[in-house]
Parts: sequence; structure tokens; C-alpha cells
Amino acid sequence: MSRLGFMWANLFRRPVRTWLTLVSVMIAFLLFVLLRTVSHSFSEGGGFGEPGIDRLMVSPKYSIIDPLPISALQQIAGVDGVLAVTHGDWFGGVYQDRANFFPKYPVKPIPHFEMYSEYLIDPQHLEAFATTRTGAVAPLAMAVKYGWKVGDKIPIEGDIWAKKDGSRNWEFDLVGTYAAPEDQQQPGVFLLNYAYFDEARDFGEGTVGWFTVRIADTERAAEIANAIDALFTNSLNPTRTMTEAEQARQFMQQIGDIELMMTGILAAVFFTILLLTGNTMAQALRERVPELAVLKTIGFSDGAVAALVLGEALLLCAVGALFGTVLAIGAAVVIGPGMEEAMGVFEVSGSTVASALGLSALLGLVVGAVPSFTAQRLSIVDALRKQ
Amino acid sequence: MTVVSCKGVEKTFIKGRESVEVLAGINLEIEEGDFLALMGPSGSGKTTLLNLIGGLDHPSAGSVVVGGQPLAEMSAKQLAKWRSANVGFIFQFYNLLPVLSAQRNVELPLLLTALSGKQRQANAAAALQIVGLADRAKHKPGELSGGQQQRVAIARAIVADPGLLVCDEPTGDLDRDTADEILKLLETLNGEYGKTIIMVTHDPKAAEHAAQVLRMDKGLLVENAA
Repeated sequence: MSRLGFMWANLFRRPVRTWLTLVSVMIAFLLFVLLRTVSHSFSEGGGFGEPGIDRLMVSPKYSIIDPLPISALQQIAGVDGVLAVTHGDWFGGVYQDRANFFPKYPVKPIPHFEMYSEYLIDPQHLEAFATTRTGAVAPLAMAVKYGWKVGDKIPIEGDIWAKKDGSRNWEFDLVGTYAAPEDQQQPGVFLLNYAYFDEARDFGEGTVGWFTVRIADTERAAEIANAIDALFTNSLNPTRTMTEAEQARQFMQQIGDIELMMTGILAAVFFTILLLTGNTMAQALRERVPELAVLKTIGFSDGAVAALVLGEALLLCAVGALFGTVLAIGAAVVIGPGMEEAMGVFEVSGSTVASALGLSALLGLVVGAVPSFTAQRLSIVDALRKQ
Repeated sequence: MTVVSCKGVEKTFIKGRESVEVLAGINLEIEEGDFLALMGPSGSGKTTLLNLIGGLDHPSAGSVVVGGQPLAEMSAKQLAKWRSANVGFIFQFYNLLPVLSAQRNVELPLLLTALSGKQRQANAAAALQIVGLADRAKHKPGELSGGQQQRVAIARAIVADPGLLVCDEPTGDLDRDTADEILKLLETLNGEYGKTIIMVTHDPKAAEHAAQVLRMDKGLLVENAA
């Protein structure tokens, strides 16, 4: 029997209590690793590519679900410094199963690819997209993933948009594919022809979700954004214009809020675990006072007994953390593909595993400190007398 | 050769505002290989004296020298190390660890030594053999009778081969027949293995197994009964 074996045996003097505590610690670390991985995925920028520095986004001022009239395009195009304007919208919709999540935007084909010139498309595919009323193009990676070929019909069930005939079954002809920039880890956007979408939908005709504007001089971005917003200040559809970079920054700010929220959740979880595990260790100590006195009697020093009690707390937390982390890694493998659809990358990193193990050591030290100190100060004579 | 020497040993406990004198000047010498029984009424100071001799507590006055070592001069850590090598303890309620098998309970004091795992196991097995419980090595204390548990406790006390065994009411929780078996085992350890034994007991029958019986009352040795 080694000292580690002795500690392990001591932990299981009340097996049910120990198993329940272990499961609690395990779940806490499962949550920790998964939430840290989500947080890490967000902070990595969700796999989006670099924002264009010469592009502005014109969105509804108050809510992203307020539409903007397409007629605003001409007004925006007339603002001094604006080189080009195009638009997009959020289609939503489900392809076969909700798990198959990917964004779908109705766009004007040629202006869209002129605006987003970092996305490469075969001119023939672009031509087909522009001229096919029900046409759609997908990123190459997406087409490969779902096994689509040019010429396939892609059925999408509309969850926001129904057709004028009341049907929610939309069908698009895949007329081409395009290549996303290399630094973009997301599968990209399924693009469909705005003209068909606008004509077929049962409400909202003549509106768009946002405008994208290319400007000539990036140093005038703020001035141009203000000029655009000024056009619609007193209209029914006031706008909020910012650079793509600013939009990305605000997105990151929201991620910061998510991180804060996750940290709050984890703090609450670990505080509860601290109390639970601390209570387990304190109870175990109270039950074992005569045994600890016997250990001291037969020659274990005060320090050795204290180390034994502290070691038990560390062992309990380490084993719980290890199981929880392994479970989280397994869960990440299972749910990873689905999460990557939304976040680009979803992998448990080495730093997250190291943080979990470090946290388990800290938890063990905090939980074991008081029982260990009590054990260290335990008087043999007093403890044996109380038997 | 004198193994234990107590000179003018006093022990006072403070209880709240009161101080209670438990030992009031004990002078005692125990020779190597003695089997000594300490008798007396409850509260007479028997266990306190045993604790002082075993290095579990310090006297308020006087000196306790065991095996030539003045115990008062040792730190708590040194005392712990000294106890592990020189004294075996046997308690009334056995005080075995319920989560460990008999073999592992016996092996426990050897965790403090530099012995290898295999050597520790071999020594523990030998100690269990001596007390006649080799066939119960894998059993946990809850699976053993009171007498068997006390034999395991004795094996634990002798596994590190200390010269001195201190026994506090070792048969106090056992029936007469089992108590006799335990006392015979102590006699064997004293006679055949040369262990010096100091045993506290209320039981005159148990004291009959000792070579020397001392009686205590009100913190003093009052009479040499043998």
C-alpha cells in the first residue's frame, strides 16, 4: 500500500457520499471545459474573415428585424464618397434538419460579388447566378459537406419567410460555387437571388435587411456614415451606419459580455462545489478524529497527517476534474461539428485542459486547507480521550 | 537495564478556571523485558502516565526518560519519529482503520520507513503470522471479531519491532476467554520476543499475567502489588 493508495482508501470510507461529490466535481469541470471552449471559440472571432476596411454597414437603427426600404439604396449611393452600394437580408430557413445550420442571404448577385471581391467565383457561375431566377451559389466547402453538385435543387423550409401561395417550401437551383478567403474558418453563406426572393415572399416586398457601402476614402468613414444616417434621421426607417471593423468590434464587445456571463455562471458553479466538497471533507474529518489520533500515535508527524488530509482533498478534486475534462473532450468531439457550423472552430484547447487541472489543484487546496490545519493541530491525548 | 525512568513526574490539566492535578510526583523505573501492570480506580492517572511514557504528552514537571532518551527534549516531530521506531501502542477499542484490510492496517506504521512495498507487505504478513491471523489478512476490521481485531492491533504495534509496548486496557472490550488469549499473546511477546510491556488494566485477572503489578491512586503510586 502506498500513501496514495491510503488516501484513496480513506476517501471511500463513505462510498456514496464520495461518489456523489466526485460526480458534482466532474459536472462542474465538464461545464468549465465546455464553456471555456465556447468562450475561446467566440474570442477567436468566430472564424469570420478580416473585416473590409473600406466597407460600411447600414443597418436599421433600433432593431435588426426592422426592414429598410430598398429605395434607400439610391439615396445612399448619392452620398458624397460612396463608390458602390448593395444589400442583403436574413433568410433563415432550415435545410433538411435544424442541425444543418448555415446562414442564407438573398443578394443581388453581381453587385454582391463586386462588393465582396475577396470571395472568388467563376464568371460563368456568377453569370448563371445573375440570370437564374431561382439560382443560388454556395461556398465550395459547404457544397462538399452536403454533397451538392451544380445543378442540384436545394430545398429550404422557410421559418421566417413564407411564399405568397402560403407554402414555406422554397427550392433553389445550385448554379455555382465560390471560394471563401483562406482565413475564414466558417463554412460561409448560402447566397440566393434577391429578385426571386422579393417577388415570391408573402410580406416585406421591397425591403432589405441591410446595405453594404464601399467608400473611396477610409479616413472619411465616420463622416460618410454620419451623412448616410442623416438622410434617414426623420424617416420611418432611421439607420445606424458603421464600418465593418466597428461592427466586428461591437460583436467582440458582445462576446466580452458573454465571457463575463460565462465567468459568472462558472463562479457560481464552483462556489457551490467549494461548499459541497468542503462540507464533505469537513464531515470526513470529524468522523475520523480518533483515526487521525491513532496515526499520530503510531508515528505520523503533525505535518504528515496534515499532508494526508490535504492530499485527500487534492485527490478528490483532481479525479473529478480529470473525469469531467475527459467527458468534456468526448462531448466536444460529438457536438463539435454542429458547434463549428455556428462558431467556426470548436476544439478543447490545451490551455483549457491546463486551466481545468490548475483549477482543480486550487479547489483542492482551498477545500483541504481548513481540515488539514485542524488535523495538524489535533491533540492525540484529547482525541483519544473523546472516543 | 532500565528502559523507562520517571522522576518526580507531575501532570496537571487545566479545565476552564480549574487546574486538575492528575499525577502528583511519580517515581518509577522499569527494566528491559518487564511485563508491568498498572492498576487503580478511574481517574487515578494510569492512562496519563502511560501517555507520558509513550511520548504522547509532556509532564508538567519532572522527567520521563525512555531508552535513554529524555522525552521532554524532543520536538513534536522528533517524538513522532521516535514513537514510530520505539513504541507500540495497543488500545482498548483496537483503533483500526475500517477502510483498510488487516494486512494494510498492520502495514501502516511501515509507511513511515524506507522499506520497499514488498518488504512492507512481507513484514506485515510476518506480524500477522505471529498473532495467528495470517488467514485473515484480507479481511477488513468490520469482518473480524473483537479478539481478532485486537490481534491485528497487536500485529500493528509490533510490526516495526519496537522494544516497548504500551497497552491501555487491551482486554477491556473482550470476553474472558478472548481476553485470556490476548493476554497469553502479550506474555509470548514478552517472554519469547523480549518486549517490555506496560499494561493499564482494571481487571485483576488480566494483571495476573504481568510479572509486576503497580497500583495507583490519586496520581500517586501507592503500592507494589507483586
